[in-house]
Amino acid sequence: MDEMSSSASLTSEISEAQTAALAAIAGAGDAVALRAVQAELASKKSALTILRSRLGKIQDGEERKIAGQAINACAQSIEAALTDRMSTLLADERAFQVASEAMDLSEFVSAKRRGTTHIVTQATQRLEDVFIGLGFQVAEGPEVETDFYNFEALNMPKTHPARSEFDTMFIEPTSADQEPNSVLLRTHTSPVQIRVMQTWKPPIYAVMPGRVFRRDTPDATHMPVFHQIEGIVVDKGITFAHLAGIIEAFTKAFFGNDFSSRLRPSFFPFTEPSAEFDIRRANGAWIELGGCGMMHPNVLRAGGIDPDEYTGFAFGFGIDRMAKERHNVEDIREMYTNDLRFLRQFS
Amino acid sequence: MKILHSWLKEFADFGDDIDALAERITELGLAVESVEHVGTPVKGVVTAQVLRLEKHPDAAKVTRVYVDAGDGVERHVWCGATNMQAGDVVPLATLGTNMPDGRVITQRGILGIDSEGMLCSGTEIGLSSDGSGLLILPKGTALGRDVYEALGVDSDVVFDLDVTRNRPDCTGYLGVARDVAAGMGKSLTLPKIDQSETGKSLSVPVAISAPERCSRFTVRVMSGISITQSPDWIARRLARAGMRSINNVVDVSNLVNLELNQPNHAYDFDSVKDGFIVRLARDGEQFTTLDAVERTLSAGDLLICNAQDKPVGIAGIMGGLDSEVTDATTSIAVEIAYFEPDAVRATSNRLALRTEASLRFERGVDPFGAEFALARFAELLRITCPGLVVHAGITDVRTDSLPEQVRTTQVRLNTIKRVLGIDVTAQSLAQLITPIGFTMNTTAINGEVEVGIPSWRNDCTSEIDIVEEVARHYGYDNLGKIVPTSPVHGRLSDVQKRRRLLREIVVSLGVSEAMPNPFLAPGELNKVGLSEDNALRLANPLVAEESVLRTSLLPGMLKSIAYNQSHRIRDISLFEIGHVYPQGTEILPDEFESLCIMVAGADASIAMDMWSQVSAGLGIGAQLAQDQPPAGYHATRSALLKRGKAVLGAVGEIDPSVLANAGIVGRVACLEVNLSVVLSEVTKPQSAQLVSKFPSSDFDLAFVVGNTVSAASMMKAIRQAGGNLLVDVALFDIYRGKGVSDDARSLAYRLRLQAPDRTLTDVEVSEVRAKCIAAAEKLGATLRG
Repeated sequence: MDEMSSSASLTSEISEAQTAALAAIAGAGDAVALRAVQAELASKKSALTILRSRLGKIQDGEERKIAGQAINACAQSIEAALTDRMSTLLADERAFQVASEAMDLSEFVSAKRRGTTHIVTQATQRLEDVFIGLGFQVAEGPEVETDFYNFEALNMPKTHPARSEFDTMFIEPTSADQEPNSVLLRTHTSPVQIRVMQTWKPPIYAVMPGRVFRRDTPDATHMPVFHQIEGIVVDKGITFAHLAGIIEAFTKAFFGNDFSSRLRPSFFPFTEPSAEFDIRRANGAWIELGGCGMMHPNVLRAGGIDPDEYTGFAFGFGIDRMAKERHNVEDIREMYTNDLRFLRQFS
Repeated sequence: MKILHSWLKEFADFGDDIDALAERITELGLAVESVEHVGTPVKGVVTAQVLRLEKHPDAAKVTRVYVDAGDGVERHVWCGATNMQAGDVVPLATLGTNMPDGRVITQRGILGIDSEGMLCSGTEIGLSSDGSGLLILPKGTALGRDVYEALGVDSDVVFDLDVTRNRPDCTGYLGVARDVAAGMGKSLTLPKIDQSETGKSLSVPVAISAPERCSRFTVRVMSGISITQSPDWIARRLARAGMRSINNVVDVSNLVNLELNQPNHAYDFDSVKDGFIVRLARDGEQFTTLDAVERTLSAGDLLICNAQDKPVGIAGIMGGLDSEVTDATTSIAVEIAYFEPDAVRATSNRLALRTEASLRFERGVDPFGAEFALARFAELLRITCPGLVVHAGITDVRTDSLPEQVRTTQVRLNTIKRVLGIDVTAQSLAQLITPIGFTMNTTAINGEVEVGIPSWRNDCTSEIDIVEEVARHYGYDNLGKIVPTSPVHGRLSDVQKRRRLLREIVVSLGVSEAMPNPFLAPGELNKVGLSEDNALRLANPLVAEESVLRTSLLPGMLKSIAYNQSHRIRDISLFEIGHVYPQGTEILPDEFESLCIMVAGADASIAMDMWSQVSAGLGIGAQLAQDQPPAGYHATRSALLKRGKAVLGAVGEIDPSVLANAGIVGRVACLEVNLSVVLSEVTKPQSAQLVSKFPSSDFDLAFVVGNTVSAASMMKAIRQAGGNLLVDVALFDIYRGKGVSDDARSLAYRLRLQAPDRTLTDVEVSEVRAKCIAAAEKLGATLRG
């Protein structure tokens, strides 16, 4: 009877402990409170611990087994309730956190802006990249040049009439023994041709972008300081057809596949035969772009290259105009005011 | 060079397809810049006579004009002009006429009354430049006829050619026609000439005292002349070529010049009959040219004088006022000479006098064209002077400087193949170049032919010139297009790649690229504290304010900052990558590429931040020499960037007085770096360092440090004291104010100690910590709390 009642009492006590524990779990309002409940339930004084300690006193094996199972089931349900409650509480807490710490990201738009490179730099880099793709390397040279590199070596000896067409800006002699007009601001990038030929060995595929100078009063289409790019190819077996081929390949690569090119006879002292090259838009309109030609034997010689062994061609055109037309700049002078309102337009 | 279609056609059958002809001329290298149709008739404009005028009470500004267009039908036309009266013959644009301005003549009238056409002014139908009233035609003009026919106006086309310097022959019709005829496979017809010498021998003695400057002087005397107006067709030709008709002799002179590219001069015979002297001018000699301008000559100029040594012309440029033909002239001496081109150009440039003659002489006319041109002169003059007498006894003085009539050059057929990529035989070469006047045998010897160069092509001197002629007449388009396969690896050099990287770094810092003018005004370098002694000056600047070449990017950048500030632009930060040109010891300056970054409204800390980013990005380093403030910079907020003795650049703030001079408000942070040095320093690939798998020990140390002790020296001391175990140290806080004396600040460092092979013991960590503190204390720092 004693045993019976003790067993029946144990069962009901387990059930009570479970009810109490589940209520405590459900009653915990946040994770901290739940952790306190959890600690309480796991402590030595907790109802379940005490009940578990009484198991040993049950004599009947079968009864003890049943009671043990009941305690375990109770413990498991408490554990499940704890896990479940904890995840609910954490989710609630995160949801609250997310809801409570809203940010207006549009407050942070363009806090710090990126700068821009100059449109002439952009045009130069685009041109360089196209020619790199065609197998060219990029060469550079000084902007203050000698008469030799700017004129003499380019088949324009001292009295050559074409010299007058370049509107050259000369440097005042820096010493008494320096001849007047022997040092100048280069009027074209062509002096670099000579420097490249003197230092590189054929085969030469080179483009030479850079700043050039002419004594021109600034207007909407002219600046006394502007930029050109020039290219040369020097190798055995290079012919006029290769010149026309490179111009065509460049035209399509730079302007687009619906553009084409043509060469028509012209005159430059440093090339012969010489040509102007025009490009044609898809709509059929021709645009004059630049000058080119087979390198004059005297120019090859000035670069230390035997014209009986090698042939070569050269071409060149203005970069500023490319930038001006790409971005619809009305007056080229605008490109050189250094007004940030202008510069920052072109990222 | 303006070329009339009608005139050009006299040389060959060039046809009437204007567009095709223009295209062909351009393909031959004589770029057609424009094609202008002149005197183009408007179909439907007829001659009509004004019968009577009628005013309408409700239309004060117009008149109702009744006209007879020769068909007996009376028409009425509204007209706004007032210069007509009954009996006048005027142009009537009949209904349906398409006017040159795009209007179509319709019946639309005024006040409900139709207008049966429109009466026209000269401008409306392209016949004159007078648009002030109706064109009144000569009395007695037949009615109902096409107005152009009635006036004998022929339409024409003017090609404007851009003749390049290598075509001295193409500033005249004959040269153009020869080239185009050859290019179109047409045969060339030379103009008719008059070679008669019916008059008694009349020679004019010529003495040339500057034989290298005038190598040929030819004079032909003609008489039986009366000075009259030229016929209309000659006047029209000249007008369309942009010249005014003067009288029959001057006009013929101009025609011969245009047609045969042979400048010539017709003198009144009496003023030069005793002879000519060709001599150099005396320095300062005065001479009045026929444009009535008195010109001062210098010793290099060449004069043509009469026998009394009185100048009658500046050789190759312009004649004088006193020796011109006059209305009383009955005999003329026609002179055709050859002058050395460079000297003509020099004189023409010096006098700023460019004429139809100088234009041709300075390119080089045909030294052997005189006889033909004189005969053409006679032929043309006979049109107005049927009694013309051409005197025998032509004077033809030649000097040793006269070029050979036929110069030759050897041409290797293989050169043509090598340059143009085409195979030519001697025969096919001849087919290309003999029609334009070159001469040669049609068999090659050892692959070479000797080519004779025509006397009118002084531009041709060597083999490559012949190659160009071949290319032109073979056709550039026919030479093909082959894209060569480059055997070279196309790429940027390391320097160029690093320059692009640098731009990327600077732009990512929010800085935009400027391109200031590299020319400075005198004194501008001084204003930023730099010397002008090593600056180059332009000998011929456009303006004095742009006569000094920069030795530094500072002045140009400061101007750009000031410009933007004055336009109230915010957040001004600019950079430039450009050349500077300080004078060196060689003939060329010590030109180098420099970087300059300027940020307005920012202090030296921003400049240091820029330097940190740039130096880290490019993998370059330099010592900060704050004891050597760079010129133009704030003396206590700047430093030279140095490597040993070499200066790499400068960093800091711009000197307040420099800013004041430049009109800049607020501070300006600035960084300058010599790129010629740093861009060529290619960084080696870094070897990977083992990342320690053992925990680090981190601690902070804060020191009160006197202002005279630099953060850099503190950092250096801590680093040295920390040794290998100190893997990272950062200055994370700087504090000035309460609790720290005025002449000091607190510098706080975060240190991390770590060994690659073990966890550090507390003893080890304490040891390093103590060493670091000791090192700082050695510099006078005290550890805080």
